[in-house]
Amino acid sequence: QQIQEEMNKQLFDSLVNFLRRSHSEFQEKATEWTCQMKSREIPTAALILGVNVTDHDLTFKSLSELIQNNITPYVASLQAKDCPGIKNLMQKLMGQLMNCYVDVDSLDEEDCAQVSQNKIRCSMTSLISWYENITKKTDFETPSRKRTSSRHLQSPPVVVIFKDMESFTTKVLQDFIVISSQHIRELPLILIFGIATSPMIIHSLLPHSVSSLLCIELFQSLSCKEHLSTIIDKLLLTTQFAFKLSEKVLQVLINIFLYHDFSVQNFIKGFQLCIVEHFYSQPLSVLCCQLLEAKKRVNALSHSQCENIRRLPSFRRYVESQESEKQIALLTSDNFLKEAVQKLLEDLHVYHENYVPVLRCLHVFTSSLPKYPLGKQIRELHCACLESRVWESEDYESSLQLARMLNKSDLVTMLQKCMEIFVSSSGKEFDKVVEKLKDFLAQFQKPEGACQEQEESVSSQKELQKKTDLYHLQKTLLELKESRRSKKLTKFEILRFEVVDFIDSLVRNYLVPADHKTLHEIMYFNTASTLREHLNAAPRIALHTALNNPYCYLKNQALKSDGGSISNKAPDICIVYKLHLECGRLINLVDWLEAFSTVVMAVEGPNGDAAVSDQVDDIIHARFIRAVSELELLGFIKPSKQKTDHVARLTWGGC
Amino acid sequence: MSQHGARGGAALEVKFVPDEAVLKHIAEDAAFKVRKDKPQLAVSVKGFVKTLENISDNEAQEILEEKSYVAALGIRAQDSMGNGSGVGGGEVYTFQTPKRSGKMAELASELARTPGQSEAVDCAECPEKTVKTPQSSSKCFGEVKLSGWGKKNEFVSTTPYRLRRRLAGPDTPLESESEYSASCSEGEEEEQKESSTAETVQKTPAKTKAASTPLPKKSLSKKMKEDKMSNPVEEYFEAHSSSKVLTSDRTLQKLQKRRLNQETLRDLLKKAPFPFAAEIKELNEEHESLFSKWMLQLHLGFNIVLYGLGSKRDLLEKFRISMLQESVHLVVNGYFPSITVRSILNSVTEEVLEHTGTFRSPLDQLEFIMKRFKEDSSLELYVVIHNLDSQMLRGERSQQILAQLSSLPRIYLIASIDHINAPLMWDQAKLSLYNWLWYETTTFSPYVEETSYENSLLVQQSGSLALSSLTHVLRSLTPNARGIFRLLAQYQLENKDNPSYPGLSFQDFYQHCREAFLVNSDLTLRAQLTEFRDHKLIRTKRAADGVEYVLIPVDDSTLTDFLEKEDEDV
Repeated sequence: QQIQEEMNKQLFDSLVNFLRRSHSEFQEKATEWTCQMKSREIPTAALILGVNVTDHDLTFKSLSELIQNNITPYVASLQAKDCPGIKNLMQKLMGQLMNCYVDVDSLDEEDCAQVSQNKIRCSMTSLISWYENITKKTDFETPSRKRTSSRHLQSPPVVVIFKDMESFTTKVLQDFIVISSQHIRELPLILIFGIATSPMIIHSLLPHSVSSLLCIELFQSLSCKEHLSTIIDKLLLTTQFAFKLSEKVLQVLINIFLYHDFSVQNFIKGFQLCIVEHFYSQPLSVLCCQLLEAKKRVNALSHSQCENIRRLPSFRRYVESQESEKQIALLTSDNFLKEAVQKLLEDLHVYHENYVPVLRCLHVFTSSLPKYPLGKQIRELHCACLESRVWESEDYESSLQLARMLNKSDLVTMLQKCMEIFVSSSGKEFDKVVEKLKDFLAQFQKPEGACQEQEESVSSQKELQKKTDLYHLQKTLLELKESRRSKKLTKFEILRFEVVDFIDSLVRNYLVPADHKTLHEIMYFNTASTLREHLNAAPRIALHTALNNPYCYLKNQALKSDGGSISNKAPDICIVYKLHLECGRLINLVDWLEAFSTVVMAVEGPNGDAAVSDQVDDIIHARFIRAVSELELLGFIKPSKQKTDHVARLTWGGC
Repeated sequence: MSQHGARGGAALEVKFVPDEAVLKHIAEDAAFKVRKDKPQLAVSVKGFVKTLENISDNEAQEILEEKSYVAALGIRAQDSMGNGSGVGGGEVYTFQTPKRSGKMAELASELARTPGQSEAVDCAECPEKTVKTPQSSSKCFGEVKLSGWGKKNEFVSTTPYRLRRRLAGPDTPLESESEYSASCSEGEEEEQKESSTAETVQKTPAKTKAASTPLPKKSLSKKMKEDKMSNPVEEYFEAHSSSKVLTSDRTLQKLQKRRLNQETLRDLLKKAPFPFAAEIKELNEEHESLFSKWMLQLHLGFNIVLYGLGSKRDLLEKFRISMLQESVHLVVNGYFPSITVRSILNSVTEEVLEHTGTFRSPLDQLEFIMKRFKEDSSLELYVVIHNLDSQMLRGERSQQILAQLSSLPRIYLIASIDHINAPLMWDQAKLSLYNWLWYETTTFSPYVEETSYENSLLVQQSGSLALSSLTHVLRSLTPNARGIFRLLAQYQLENKDNPSYPGLSFQDFYQHCREAFLVNSDLTLRAQLTEFRDHKLIRTKRAADGVEYVLIPVDDSTLTDFLEKEDEDV
C-alpha cells in the first residue's frame, strides 16, 4: 500500500509538472503584454480551454500561482456560481484581493483590512483607494519588500480570472466591464476569461459597446488529447513504474476519455483506481515495484505466496515448457522457485526496457504513413502491440508495404529519429541496433555520392565502397549492384528493403505482447470489467435487470425463466413493475391491485378458506402498497391528480 | 384458417378455465374485468418489445439485455413462421393471450406453456393486426362475425357485443373515442399539439363511421402501427398525444376496503412472507465482503456511491457498525422529508467542529468547514448519506454544496441512490468533485424506512388524515358555521363530474346561505369564510372577471366520507 501511495504521488506530480509546462507559454506572453497595457481598454486574455471542464480547475490553479509568483500578487479568480449579481462579484473580488494582499505581506497592519472586508461598501472606489494605498506603501517600502520590488513591476496589475465565462450572467459581466473600464487609469486591471466553447462566445455574450472596451487577445490551451498523450507517455511508456495496464483496461480508459468527458483528471482517476484494484486484488502485487526491490521481496516470499506464483497461468505455461527435473524442482522447492522468479522478473524488466524504445521507433515509422494503418497516436500502437502479436495483423502488413515505398529523405529522418530514441534509451541490447542504424544511415548518405562518382569512374567508387564495406551485408549489396548496374536506384531500393526488414525483425523480437510473458500478472492490471463497473456504471440498467430478471441476482430456481416474462414467485416489486409496464400513461390503482392480488393468490394456491382469505387480502393489500411506494421512490410512477386513485407512469419504453 | 381457428379456440378454452375461476374469486363481474384488462395489455406488450429494443440501442455493452433481445427476435421470427399464415384463428389466439394481461406473469410460471411466453414478446405485432381486422369488419357487417370471433364468444359470452367492440381497439385512443366516454382528464397536455396530423386524419373516419371507409382505414392504421412500432419516440407521443386516457373509472372507494394507516401497514407487512431470504442474505454477504475495500478506497480519496434495487440502508448501517465505530461519522437520512443541506452542514459545524454560531448562508458555512479541515489535519469525518437523491437533497445547489464538501480530502462520503434518474443531477463538474466509485449493491430488501415517510402515494393514509382534521376542526364550530361548510361541500360534490368546476362563487354562496337561514348578511358570511380559510378548510380564488370563488381543497372521496359521517352525527 505504501508503494501505491508513492505512485499516486508521483502520478500527481507529473500531472502538475505537465500543466505548469503547458502554461509557461501563456505566462511569457502575459508578461510582455502587461507592459503595453497603457491604453484605455482593458487588456483581456481569452483562454480557450476546451470542453473538459473538470480539468480547468487545476489549470487555473497553476495559472494563478504562476501569475502570483511572477507578475503580480494581486490575483483573484471568480466562478460564476459565486457571483449571481454584481454586488456578490465585487464582494468576492475584494475579499480575494485583500486576502492575498494580506498573504503577501504576512501579518503587517492588515487586521483592519480583513475586518473591514465584510463591512465596507464594496465598490470600485473603495477598491481603488485600497489599491492606491497598497501601491503607495509598496513604493515607500520597496527595499523591504523583496518580492514586490524585484519581481513585480512598478505598479503591479490586478488580474481577475473569470473561470467559466459562459456561465456568468451577461448583465453582471457587462456591468463589471463598464465600471472597471472607467477606472482603468487608477486601477490597472487585467481580465482573463476561461472559455470552454469558442471565442465567438465573447461577442455573443457581450454587446459591441462593451466588447469594444476590451482589448482581447486569444490564447489556445493545449487540447486535452495532447494532455492525454503526454500522460500516457509519462506513465505507461516508461520503465519507471512497474505497474502496467493491459490492453483492455487501457482501451476502457481511453474510451471513457474520448467518448464521455475528455477529462484528463478522470483518466488519472481511472488509472489510480486501476492501481488500487490491482494491489488490492492481486496478492502477488507485492512484487510489482522496481527491480531491485522486487528481488529482495522475492527472497522474503512465504510459502503460500510461492504457491500463489505456482498457480499463475503464465507461470504454469512456463513450467510446462521446462524439462521434467526442472519442473519438479520448480513445483516443490521454494528456493529454486524464488531464483527462477528472480530471473523471470529480470527478463520482464528487460522486456519492458526494450519494449518502449522499439515501440517508439515503430511509431516513428508508422505515424507518417498515409492513412495511418496502425494509428496516429502512440497509444493506439501500444494497444495494438499489447493486444496480440502485432506483426500478424493485417494493418502491420500494409504499413510495412507502405514503408517500403517511402522516399529517401523521409527514411533518413526517420532513421535518425530512431537513432536518437535508441541512444537515449538505457537498454543494453541496443548498442548493436544503434550501430546497425548508423550503418544504414551511412549507406544512405553514400549512394548519392556514389552515384555522382559513378559517372566519373566506376572503379574509384568500387574502391571506395570496398574500403568502407565492413559488413557482410554490404558485400552482397555490392554484388547485387554490379549485377544490375544499369538501374542506379536499385541500391537505394535494396537498402530500403533492408531497413524495413530490420525494423520488422526488431518488432518481432521486442514487441511480443505482454500476456505471452511469464509472470506478467504481477505487473499488469487486467480486469477491465471491474473498472468499467466502478467508473462508468449504469444504475438504470442494474435496476432494470433486477426488476425484470430477478434471477440475475437471486439464484433461486423458482425465479429462473427465459423469455420476457417472470415467474409469479418473484419479489412483489418485480411483479408490480411488470404489471405497470403493461399500462399506459395513467394507471388505475384498483386495477393494479387486483391484478397484483390475482398473481399473488395464484402462488398461494387455492386454499379457499373464507375466514383466512380476508386476512390474506389485507396482507396482499399491504404488500401492494409497499411495492407501489417503492416504485414511486425509484421514480417509475408519481401520484396523479388527473383522476382519482390513479398514478402516472414516468418512464416510457426502456426502463 | 378455420383449422387454425379451431385449434386456437380449443386451446384457449382449456386455458381459460382457471382464469375465470380467478375472476369469480375476485367477485367482480367478469365482463368488467375483461374490459379492463384488455386495453392494458395491448399497450403493455408494445411497451415490452420496445423495452428490449431500447436497451439494446442504448447500451450495446449490456450483454444480458442484448441476449434477451436477440432471443426475443429469434422467437418472434419463429412464431411468425409458425402461425403467420393463420390470420384468423392463430392470431386471435395470440390476441387472447394479452387479454389476460395481469395474469400473464402468473401463467408464465407454468413452464409447460413455453409458447405462451414467446407470445408475450411476439404479440406486439400480431395483436395489432388482428385487432384491426375484426374491428373494422364488425363495423361493416354489424352482427356478422368472423369465425375467430365466433370462437371467442364461447367463453366471453357474458361480454356484450358493444363491450367487445371496445376491446377490439384498445391500444389506440382514437377508435375508442368514438364510442367510449373515456374519462376526461382536465390537464391538457402539451403533447396534444404534437399529435400528428395523421392521427386526425384517422380520427375522422372513425367518427363518421362511414361504411365505405373501413378498408383504407385499416391499411392506413396498420401502416401507422408499424411505423410507430419502429420508433419509440413516436410511441411516446402517441401515448401522450391525447388527454384521454383509457382506464377504468373504479376507485379504491368502491372496493370497500378499509384504509390502512402506517402502523397497520407495518404490522401487516410483518406478517407477510419474506421470500428468498436465503438468496438475499447471500447477496448481502457478498456486498459485505467489500467493506474493507470500501474503507481503503475512501481513504484514497474516492467517494463511494451505491446503486441497485433494494434498500441499501441496512447495508450501510452494517458498514457503519463494522468499520466506523471508532471514528467520527455522520449519518444523514436523506429520505427524511425535512432534511436540508443546512441541517447537514449544521451538524458538521456543531457536532464535529463544535462551533457555536450561525452563518449567513450555507456557502459561508461550507467555507468555514473547508478552512477548518484544511487547518486541522487531524480532523477526519465519515459521512454516510442514505438516499442522496431524495426530494430534499436533489436540488442543484444542495448537490453542489455536498459535492464540495465531499471533495475535501479528509471527508469520506459514502452514499446510496435509488431513483432511476439520479445520475442526472450531477454534471461533469460535480462528478469530478464527488469523485465517485460506483458499486452495484442490489439487495432486494424492501424500502421500509425510506417509504415510510412517503405519504403522497398512500392514498389510504393521506385521506384519513385530511378527514380527521376536517371533522376535528368542524366540531369546534358553531352549528351555523357547520351548516355553511356542509352547504359548500354538497355543492362541490354535486359538481364533482365537472372537471372545470371553479368553485362556488361568493354571491351564489351567499344566496344559498340566506335561503338556508344560515347567515343574515354577507359580512357574517365573509367573517365565517375567513375563519375557514385560517384553518385551511377552504381556498378562495379570484377568477379573471373578479368574481370570488370558494373551494374546498379536499378530494371528493374524502368529502363524501365527511358528509356521511356528519349525517351519522346528526
